[in-house]
Amino acid sequence: MPKFEWLRKVLVLGSGPIKIGEAAEFDYSGSQCLKALREEGIETVLINPNVATIQTDPRLAGKVYLLPVTPEYVERVIAKEKPDGILLGFGGQTALNCGVALAKNGVFEKYDVKVLGTPIRAIEETEDRELFRQAMIRVGIPIPRSQSAVSAEDALKAAEEIGYPVIVRVAYTLGGKGSGVARNKRELREIVNRALAQSMITQVLVEEYIGHWKEIEYEVMRDYKNNCITVCNMENFDPMGVHTGDSIVVAPSQTLTNREYHILRSASIRAVQSLGIVGECNIQWALHPRSEEMRAIEINARMSRSSALASKATGYPLAYIATKLAIGYLLPELMNKVTGVTTACFEPALDYIVVKIPRWDLRKFRNVDPHLGPQMKSVGEVMAIGRTFEEALQKAVRMLDIGKIGLVENNDDQPEPIKAVKDCLRNPTDERLFKIVKAIKMGIPIKEIYRLSGIDPWFLHKIKNIVDMEKRLKRLKIGSKEAAEVIREAKRLGFSDAQIARCIGVSEEEVRRLRKAHGIIPVVKQIDTLAAEWPAKTNYLYLTYSGDEDDVEFNINKNKVIVLGAGVFRIGSSVEFDWSCVNTIWALKKHNIDEAIMINYNPETVSTDYDISDKLYFEELTLERVIDIYEKEKPLGVIVSVGGQIPNNLALKLSRAGVRLLGTSSESIDAAEDRSKFSTLLDSLGIPQPKWSKFTTIEEAEKFAEEIGYPVLVRPSYVLSGYAMRIAYSQKDLRDYLELAARVSPEHPVVISKFIEGAKEVEVDGVSDGEDVLIGAIIEHIEQAGVHSGDAVMSIPPQSLSSDVIEKIEDYTRKIACALKIRGPFNIQYLVKNGAVSVIECNLRASRSLPYVSKSKGVNLIEVSTAIMLGKNLKELGIYTTPPIPYVAVKVPQFSFMRLSGADPVLGVEMLSTGEAACIGENFADALLKALQSVDFNLPRNNPSALITVGGKEMKKKIIPLARSLKELGFKLYATEHTADALHDANLETTVLYKVREAAKKPNIVDYLVQRKIDLVINVPAANPENEGMDVMEDEYVIRRLAVEFNIPIVTTFELASAIIKALKYYGKNGVTIQSLNEYMSSLPFRYW
Amino acid sequence: MGIKSRPEKAGKAVLVLEDESLFIGKGFGAVGKISGEVVFSTGMVGYPESLTDPSYHGQILTLTYPLIGNYGVPAYDSDEFGVPVRFESLGIKVAGLIIQELCLKPYHWASSRTLNEWLRSEGVPGIYGIDTRRLTKKLREKGVMLGILQVCREGEEPKLDSLAKEVKNVQDPNRRDLVGEVTIKEPIYYDCKGSKRVVLIDCGSKASIIRNLLKRHVDVLRVPYNFSTKEILEYKPNGVLVSNGPGDPKKCVNTIETVRSLIEEGISIMGICLGSQILALAMGGDTYKLKYGHRSQNQPVLDLETGCCYITTQNHGYAVSFESLKGTNLKCWFINANDKTVEGIKLKNKLSFAVQWHPEAAPGPYDTESLFDKFLRGIG
Repeated sequence: MPKFEWLRKVLVLGSGPIKIGEAAEFDYSGSQCLKALREEGIETVLINPNVATIQTDPRLAGKVYLLPVTPEYVERVIAKEKPDGILLGFGGQTALNCGVALAKNGVFEKYDVKVLGTPIRAIEETEDRELFRQAMIRVGIPIPRSQSAVSAEDALKAAEEIGYPVIVRVAYTLGGKGSGVARNKRELREIVNRALAQSMITQVLVEEYIGHWKEIEYEVMRDYKNNCITVCNMENFDPMGVHTGDSIVVAPSQTLTNREYHILRSASIRAVQSLGIVGECNIQWALHPRSEEMRAIEINARMSRSSALASKATGYPLAYIATKLAIGYLLPELMNKVTGVTTACFEPALDYIVVKIPRWDLRKFRNVDPHLGPQMKSVGEVMAIGRTFEEALQKAVRMLDIGKIGLVENNDDQPEPIKAVKDCLRNPTDERLFKIVKAIKMGIPIKEIYRLSGIDPWFLHKIKNIVDMEKRLKRLKIGSKEAAEVIREAKRLGFSDAQIARCIGVSEEEVRRLRKAHGIIPVVKQIDTLAAEWPAKTNYLYLTYSGDEDDVEFNINKNKVIVLGAGVFRIGSSVEFDWSCVNTIWALKKHNIDEAIMINYNPETVSTDYDISDKLYFEELTLERVIDIYEKEKPLGVIVSVGGQIPNNLALKLSRAGVRLLGTSSESIDAAEDRSKFSTLLDSLGIPQPKWSKFTTIEEAEKFAEEIGYPVLVRPSYVLSGYAMRIAYSQKDLRDYLELAARVSPEHPVVISKFIEGAKEVEVDGVSDGEDVLIGAIIEHIEQAGVHSGDAVMSIPPQSLSSDVIEKIEDYTRKIACALKIRGPFNIQYLVKNGAVSVIECNLRASRSLPYVSKSKGVNLIEVSTAIMLGKNLKELGIYTTPPIPYVAVKVPQFSFMRLSGADPVLGVEMLSTGEAACIGENFADALLKALQSVDFNLPRNNPSALITVGGKEMKKKIIPLARSLKELGFKLYATEHTADALHDANLETTVLYKVREAAKKPNIVDYLVQRKIDLVINVPAANPENEGMDVMEDEYVIRRLAVEFNIPIVTTFELASAIIKALKYYGKNGVTIQSLNEYMSSLPFRYW
Repeated sequence: MGIKSRPEKAGKAVLVLEDESLFIGKGFGAVGKISGEVVFSTGMVGYPESLTDPSYHGQILTLTYPLIGNYGVPAYDSDEFGVPVRFESLGIKVAGLIIQELCLKPYHWASSRTLNEWLRSEGVPGIYGIDTRRLTKKLREKGVMLGILQVCREGEEPKLDSLAKEVKNVQDPNRRDLVGEVTIKEPIYYDCKGSKRVVLIDCGSKASIIRNLLKRHVDVLRVPYNFSTKEILEYKPNGVLVSNGPGDPKKCVNTIETVRSLIEEGISIMGICLGSQILALAMGGDTYKLKYGHRSQNQPVLDLETGCCYITTQNHGYAVSFESLKGTNLKCWFINANDKTVEGIKLKNKLSFAVQWHPEAAPGPYDTESLFDKFLRGIG
């Protein structure tokens, strides 16, 4: 049957900004969805404020609304656009929750909008724990014994019946947010209270704890005629107990027998058919490690992180097919896009193994608990493909970009007592994989590692193979007869040249030479969904040493360009770089490049979708691997400047190895990144910069700091703590940091620069051809310098810069770009204080803010820069400037502090946000309010109240006008003792709340936060923490943490607080505008898109 | 578990195909030299089931999934009726096994030995460490080929030149009476005190077919493939099931004749795999050899009556010709959604039917087990 003919216009909900548990995978699924709709001639409307995504490109969706995915905004868009149908399954939990709320409010009925795909009833049955339980009982599928509870007392009773330990699960949350394991009454009470506060329906489930069972997932598709297939199954390396998003995962399952595989498969299908899901869903199972007993854990009736992984692992385009099913197609009516001739109603057969490893950034956060459990904490993931588990695992470890060259030989191992190692095996942290290696080396038997960790010995033995190979390599003599064979075997087990080189004690180049002399080179294999049973039309490729034949032929007569992807996402590098990569590929095609080749390994992304590029190498972004591919493909060149830091860091090495780079030369990149060279350049151009110098001893550093005066910004090149940068306010501060957290030595110098207090931060994104410069936009940060640019709220156009300053910035930008002979994208950061402008740094690559600038200005800077990299110049392209905009675009950060138990939300020079949103408005206030609501910042409603607690005398004075404004807005004011004194002095009626450490005194801050009697927390800590006592700091930390955990908006800088209060005033009078990006763009005098 | 299971006796191994292509790898299982038809299966699980499937008799099986032996090999336990629980027959039926990587340290609660130990104890040679994807692509492009698999003793070098000559003279196993080699010699009666009785014509039946009948409370009389119509009718069966089996269906002259006369006698027939081809031949249809067969657990079959699609396990090198059904009493019921070959046939106005795949699964999906219910409902 063809698609529903009444369907002309479809609204798609995106997932909003990236947060832990909801990341770029929804850009991938949303983009595929839009593509699938568009080729049917269906008009599409997308709501997603995540400006960095590819799906918010006006080329993908008919209309893009950069607005919060909340019932209120979605309803307004529905009223305006009048779509026939809506898709809720492609924007993660955010879209699903929003859809359920809209259905409850009768919005779909009111506007006659059909929910396409899985019906609301089925969504509710999968989301509500009790309904889910009943649904599973209906089809005879066992689930963990459990009872729902609406209060702590309820929960305690349930736990008594089930028996401790129990796990508390919360309905309607992201990535298991708020869940936890309780081993006793006290722990249970604590978890339940917190969980109830976070659940949309104030209900939790107390459940039998099945830690250490195998965790298995199936991706299931069903059409409305009940055809049902499982596209992929996946096995978690980490057994039950660790959130699947935080688990190492393999596909297909490795330790399951045929019976186990198919019993679970059949049960998955039974469940999905009974629920009546239409489209795609993910079902998680626990399988007993010593029997065929199983429990269904949960069903996600939508595209998920796992389904994105499954798509990439199998080559089956789940989101694309799910969309087709939602608009009325049946599975057997659809084609397998990889073969082009076989049906989509099949289950892929893999002839390789896939390993996913999560990437954490826990150590960036102060006070965070590094243990893994039912709450997801990772911020990214990598996927590696190989034909041995060892190969895939070692590739994946390198892909993590955490400084490891594989599972072994990392030179970063500190001695540790056996007890600590065992503790980590039992209570996993982000480092457990490496502790397993350590345990094996310490001689702890596999059996015991299994007992402690619950990780199946099959996996452990494979890890031991790697450890054993390391030993063999260490004994190997490079000239010996067996050398070639051992190296061949090591390569098969995923050893990199660098690892082998370290083992043998020679250089990486020498290993490379040796193995090539022996014909030890990897082969290119194709992912074809059918294990070679049918030929593949697509070029979805990986490299392996388990094979002796390339699957594809390399035509050297073709014009080819390789684009290096962004690799793993982590804090500071996310979907915005994928936007740049994908746009580069598209631009290459526009300029008639025969083969635009992508190398990337991030399964969440659009760039790793095999139909974006002409060839996709799902591979490591290491020197070795890029050269492997370069040598086979012989392209015109490689683009390193659009994928962020990972490819940028390879530039110099690739260039030295004879690889041709397109765009800015590696010498220029070096001239910008080497502080001394860049400094000399600035001096010669007469452009000021904050005073700085580089040191190899603490004493010298202290002397210099004394000279330029505190505070100073400290950037060590080697850190123990995870913080790369820190502001030191005094000699003691500096010394403490350099002694405790960082290492200073001739190999690890430290850079000290003057920290200018009270300065504005401004950045410029642009493109240059070496002679002319296209300034994309001047972006003003709302917060002062000292807050990382990735965490700052920013505005295009600038809100407070004088024309003098803007002219100066433009002048400096042009001078620097030309002096560095930049041929491609760049970003320069400036400080502005009292009209003086100085340069902080310059990056010769696409920046984080490039999609924000491009979309705000209607000029696709990547398209311009790609043309330049291919040899065009701005004159030929006829673009010298971006248009002035009659609106304001505001970008705000999205934080994930709620997921990271213990993490302190106070902002500083280290970036902590996981994502961003940008909204456009008539003016700054209009845009800011919409943007804030996009990042879970709930605007206070009736009879609001604010808690103000600020540090330092000066700030207590500064805050008074803000407090007064709040009062005028109808806020009831609460404050801590000293802040309240200041407010009282200014005749502002304020209620004092007692300190955290005075728990017995009422009214106490803790109670007010826990009971959510506060709608807004303004906590501006003293800039220099030394001036406050330890107890004050601890108190403030607790306040911030509670605000985070109880979802109360918290602002930690004066500037942002001020901006928000002004915006609230405006909002009260005017409300917000609802306009699409397309409408904004078409209001511009010209566009380049 | 825990035993050092290094294949200490097996050394180098070599696979030579009739087009003289060579694959040199490492040997495991038994030392020795065998010949057969080299085929591939893309199933990712179920090597104990596949290796004991009598349909593979005479074939050297390539598994395209690269990591094999991960969960070891279970013990030969049988249920109360003497039907093996975790295998499809009591012994490895493939002539040889070809894989990418052999798991030396398997782990599973039901495992009693390694794959290597199992093959060695049953005298079956295996080769690993070759590019199985290259081999599979070759088979896909050129069609299945005859080949020789030799596992040398440790230290021994294979004689590649003589193997290349030898492979030219390998006899096609499909010219043998393969079914005769795997069928039972004497009838076996599985009495579960059921209300119905089915005669299972054993052309190399998988144990799961028997288990599927028994679990539906049907008594099974399993008879040799050359049992006569008269002998079968003496047992007064409610219906007759013709099993799967190896090789060319046209070799089963007697069985074809038996099925034809059973139908004339008004007996309802269910055919599985080879049984399906036999039913077609009995009704005047024709069969032919596929280029490289269907061997996998992900074959989609389309029900032409309902438009529904099912995922099935398949293991066959021959197929029923669609054209040949014209003018017979058979109609095409299922086709393969990929290559449109005949997957299921039905006797017009009768209850008899047959499918080219394995509704009994093992290995593979259980999605079409209900065909047994359909058959049993039909036979009253």
